[in-house]
Amino acid sequence: MIEIIISIILILGTFFIISSSIGIIRFPDVYTRLHAASKASTLGVSLILIGAFLFMLYEHDIVSGKLLLGIFFLLLTAPVSGHMISRAAYKSGVKLWDGSIQDDLEEVKKKIEN
Amino acid sequence: MAFQVVLNLIIAFMYMFLSETYGVGTFLFGYLIGLFLLFLLQRFIPDAFYLKRIYYIVRLILLFLKELVKSNFSIVKLVYKPKLDIKPGIFMLPTELRSNWEVTLLANLITLTPGTLSVAVSDDQSRIYIHAMDIPDVEAEIKGIKDTFEKAIMEVTR
Repeated sequence: MIEIIISIILILGTFFIISSSIGIIRFPDVYTRLHAASKASTLGVSLILIGAFLFMLYEHDIVSGKLLLGIFFLLLTAPVSGHMISRAAYKSGVKLWDGSIQDDLEEVKKKIEN
Repeated sequence: MAFQVVLNLIIAFMYMFLSETYGVGTFLFGYLIGLFLLFLLQRFIPDAFYLKRIYYIVRLILLFLKELVKSNFSIVKLVYKPKLDIKPGIFMLPTELRSNWEVTLLANLITLTPGTLSVAVSDDQSRIYIHAMDIPDVEAEIKGIKDTFEKAIMEVTR
């Protein structure tokens, strides 16, 4: 029974990671791609780590604190890297996608340049 | 908060020494007694009762997990949609949070929630620029963030 639950968790995790990879290919510009990269992959990797944790707990009777810490640091670092990459992209002048309808940051950028 | 935790620990240790049984069980029982005493005496101790703050922290974490799962499903839905009919853009969120810690937390929470990604924070930390996957209604989005995250963060830090 527990094996089935662990398998479902692992498959779900892989599904989210695959979706995020497809998203990175499909979306039109850096910023929308970052949406896919920074969100779907966090839950995907977390689910795989949770699956590994349950497996260790029930098959080997080991409470693996490292896996839990892994989830914690993943949740801590993923949004930071997403923020920094998008910020660096905007500062180095990467254009938004043509379909974008609003850009409040542009005024700030112009003000700084003048 | 730190002061109250120290008081509580002291009470727990005192109870352990008074009952002269040194173990985790006695310590925990003493800690519970300390909690009860602090609860009774909360009018005379500076700051609010600290369990309340811990309750708010737990609620913030639960809210965050809920939004994380929701955002994943929304992004997966977008990935498998055959036609890409999104209207992305960057909008500005004015925030009332001031300290570095609060603004960092808010920006990170925004990044991991449905359809939004924090791009930049203004120099005086009063504005966060957010890239949204789909912005049909900026006002509603701003209101949503203010009502959920900003409120939850304020409850924890103030």
